[in-house]
Amino acid sequence: MNVRLSAVVLATFVLAACTGRTPIDAHATDAAPTPPAAAAQGTPAFAPPAEAAIPAGPYGDVVRLGREIFRHTRQNAPAYVGNGLNCVNCHLDAGRLADSSPLWGAYGMYPQYRKKNGHVNSYGERLQGCFMYSMNGKAPPLDDKVIVALETYSYWMAQGAPLGVKLPGAGYPKVPAPAKAPDYARGQAVFARDCALCHGADGQGQKVAGDYVFPPLWGPDSFNWGAGMHELDKAAAFIKANMPLGRGGMLNDQDAWDVAMFMDAHERPQDPRYGGDLAATRKAYHDTPMSLYGRRVNGRLLGSEPAR
Amino acid sequence: MRGKWMAWVAGGTLLAATWPVLAGSTGARALASEGNGRGAPPCQSCHGADGGGQEAAGFPRLAGLDAGYLAKQLADYAAGTRANAVMQPIARALSADERQAAAAYYSRLPVPMAPLPARPEATDGAGATLATRGRWSDRVPACEQCHGPGGVGVGAHFPPLAGQPAAYIAAQLKAWQQGTRRNDPLELMQHLSRALGAEDIEAVSRWFAAQPLPNGRSTP
Ligand code: HEC
Ligand code: HEC
Ligand code: HEC
Ligand code: HEC
Repeated sequence: MNVRLSAVVLATFVLAACTGRTPIDAHATDAAPTPPAAAAQGTPAFAPPAEAAIPAGPYGDVVRLGREIFRHTRQNAPAYVGNGLNCVNCHLDAGRLADSSPLWGAYGMYPQYRKKNGHVNSYGERLQGCFMYSMNGKAPPLDDKVIVALETYSYWMAQGAPLGVKLPGAGYPKVPAPAKAPDYARGQAVFARDCALCHGADGQGQKVAGDYVFPPLWGPDSFNWGAGMHELDKAAAFIKANMPLGRGGMLNDQDAWDVAMFMDAHERPQDPRYGGDLAATRKAYHDTPMSLYGRRVNGRLLGSEPAR
Repeated sequence: MRGKWMAWVAGGTLLAATWPVLAGSTGARALASEGNGRGAPPCQSCHGADGGGQEAAGFPRLAGLDAGYLAKQLADYAAGTRANAVMQPIARALSADERQAAAAYYSRLPVPMAPLPARPEATDGAGATLATRGRWSDRVPACEQCHGPGGVGVGAHFPPLAGQPAAYIAAQLKAWQQGTRRNDPLELMQHLSRALGAEDIEAVSRWFAAQPLPNGRSTP
């Protein structure tokens, strides 16, 4: 394993990247101290309205549609999904759970300038990125009912939240830099002990009647090389707070980094921005120790044989 | 005999998987109907001739459950990580081979037709909500996230809940709360059951008991 993580980069704080943004991106300057994990403190400061409070009528119908798209994305937005995942797989409890990058913590942070594409991104454009990378699919047009419904659902959930304030429980709580550089073999042992039960020994998840109950962590049906989850810090943060399902917070920091590294050292669908040259694509979009794309791990050049 | 074979095959059991254990299944069938003469009573006296369990008594269905899951439960009773006054002595009276054979035998029995519940469970009641959405404010995932849609079960580690007697489901949740059952991987059930109140247990058990079984098939 030849990837070393520098403390400087580990300390870099990235607010949000469903899309494959690099840590030297717009939010690198937001190096405010991360609020302690909301779950550890008890209740988060902001609580979204109860689902039963979604009103009747045409507005409420679109809120509900957004929720159903979020929970069953493949079923309700099939034209834009290219893998076996649903939004809810990475944003638990229908996007409501603190420390699981909840929608109520995201909505009020947009529009937002992003260095990556050099312009101010609307919330809708942010959602488009999720479809392209995390869902390995296509971006729905901004006025498509899929985007409008997801926006409406997020707006409804964020009602009463302050605008432009990073709320406790927003995003995934950053995991402190590990004592030892993340290691494939140690990660493999964590995976066998704490993850394979559900995600399968081969990481390909488990299905019932053709649909995933446990989603795949790599391979053709998982998120692609452009997704935020392929970066070690984001994966470690998600995993530590949310996995194993129902036992979030169980792993120690080192285990979380190691298993994140193991997961992200497997092939997955190609980054859609790939221009035919792995090294150039790495340089353009993944020039960070948090990405193993274009790196050699265990003799395999990652990204060179993307899963299809 | 022939009719049963046809049912197995029609039920989706792979013929190929059935052949090699045919000899062993004769012994398991005798065990189920007569016991082993060394302290294990006939299984069917409680679990039913078709392995469908007994709703009124709270005896669970064994037919169509995953063989690996069933064998693990028998081993856990024997080892004491799953404490139960009825099943522990029975599991201890079985040899390791007999446990495997009984597990294989029941896993291949077709899922019996379940009578339709007298009154369908509400889709928006407390039981349905726990089952399909969970209660994340207490870190309880939806039961379906591990036990599959409608509680049909997933693979060797996540048993079906659909159609099991409500009294049985409730008893297991209480056993985890009390620590008399502590054989669950990663302590998944021990953790989440602690967040459940008596009314939650009652409601969610009733909901799963009323869910339809995938008829004639072992769990997918
Ligand atoms: C494979 C996991 C995964 C899937 C699937 C996924 N996301 Fe994300 N999402 C992430 C990660 C990782 C981030 C970055 C969060 C961070 O850095 O705090 C993110 C960020 C976001 C953000 C911005 C959060 C913020 O606070 O700025 C939104 C909004 C979002 N996702 C919505 C969606 C939607 C809608 C879908 C489905 C179309 C989806 N996500 C699917 C992993 C995922
Ligand atoms: C008890 C079962 C279970 C265990 C154990 C478990 N997971 Fe998960 N995992 C899930 C489920 C279910 C989801 C989807 C969550 C949802 O939709 O609410 C998920 C989602 C994920 C995701 C995001 C979706 C995807 O496919 O990329 C990642 C990454 C992940 N798990 C990693 C891990 C890692 C690493 C471990 C071990 C430390 C682990 N999980 C242990 C059940 C489990
Ligand atoms: C006197 C009644 C009785 C007899 C006879 C009996 N069982 Fe049981 N069985 C039970 C009860 C009651 C339970 C539930 C115990 C508990 O709460 O853990 C049970 C549970 C089980 C379970 C666990 C099922 C699950 O879903 O986890 C298995 C496996 C099992 N029995 C197998 C057998 C086998 C094999 C035999 C015959 C050798 C047998 N039983 C004979 C009453 C009986
Ligand atoms: C995080 C995963 C997970 C979730 C969520 C979950 N379970 Fe379980 N459950 C398990 C596992 C694993 C087992 C098998 C334990 C064993 O091997 O003995 C189990 C077993 C059971 C059993 C025993 C079944 C039998 O045949 O003996 C019952 C009853 C049960 N769960 C009820 C529930 C209910 C009700 C919920 C929702 C409130 C729920 N479970 C949610 C993982 C889960």
